[in-house]
Amino acid sequence: MSQSYNRGLIEDFGRWREFSAGMWAWIFHKFTGWVLVGYLFTHIAVLSTAIPASSQDAAVLAANEDIYTTTIVALESLLVVRILEVGLLAVAVFHILNGLRLLFVDLGIGLESQDKSFYASLILTGAITVASVPTFIAGAF
Amino acid sequence: MAEHYSSFTKGGRLWLWQRITAAFLVVVLAFHFFLLHFVYHADEVTFALSQARMETLSYYSLMILFLFTATFHGVNGVYNALVNQGLTGTKRQAVKWTLVAASVVLLVQGVRTANAWAGFTTFF
Repeated sequence: MSQSYNRGLIEDFGRWREFSAGMWAWIFHKFTGWVLVGYLFTHIAVLSTAIPASSQDAAVLAANEDIYTTTIVALESLLVVRILEVGLLAVAVFHILNGLRLLFVDLGIGLESQDKSFYASLILTGAITVASVPTFIAGAF
Repeated sequence: MAEHYSSFTKGGRLWLWQRITAAFLVVVLAFHFFLLHFVYHADEVTFALSQARMETLSYYSLMILFLFTATFHGVNGVYNALVNQGLTGTKRQAVKWTLVAASVVLLVQGVRTANAWAGFTTFF
């Protein structure tokens, strides 16, 4: 039997002490989504340096002294950028893993164990992020 | 009768497209990270290397599809998050069309960037 009740504003973060695993999963998914879409705009803006680079002299391009290459190299030489990239990886991996969890739940698979699959997403995100640190930091020092 | 909890419009198909693009992005975002951080490394990026990849039509097509699906999925996600926060009426319309305008700018600039590498027109 269905029933009607007022559950208040859907995203009332003031009630965070009452949140269950599923609610945290939802909030983490929103947060990581905001970060990823914000990064998408920044990413395209930085990559846009390829537009002026494409009309630079062939000799400049061959010497890797074009505006695109020098911009990326300058950014990647900053340790803070490398650390932010590790953070971006963590955010992306969680959004991917929790997104898979959501797709399966939407298909009716694993709803009963949705809390366990959230914890698994967190643990796997942590493991993949930690294992990726050496690759992401390589050449920064 | 239970209330309609979804932030998506009843009878709409945006919820389905959010999931279709999600299934595509799960694979392509993982591939993108793997290729550009583990196969090629961050401190080895050059215009010529990016150009070599983007001159391959299959890679160029994948990246264009990646740009469009990621933009839709991200912007539609933001819109739904704001609707869940209680955004309604004129503000909702203003936010919607601002997001549509931002998406168009992002798509145009993204295609221009990909074209710059692929040797196609950058339009202006």
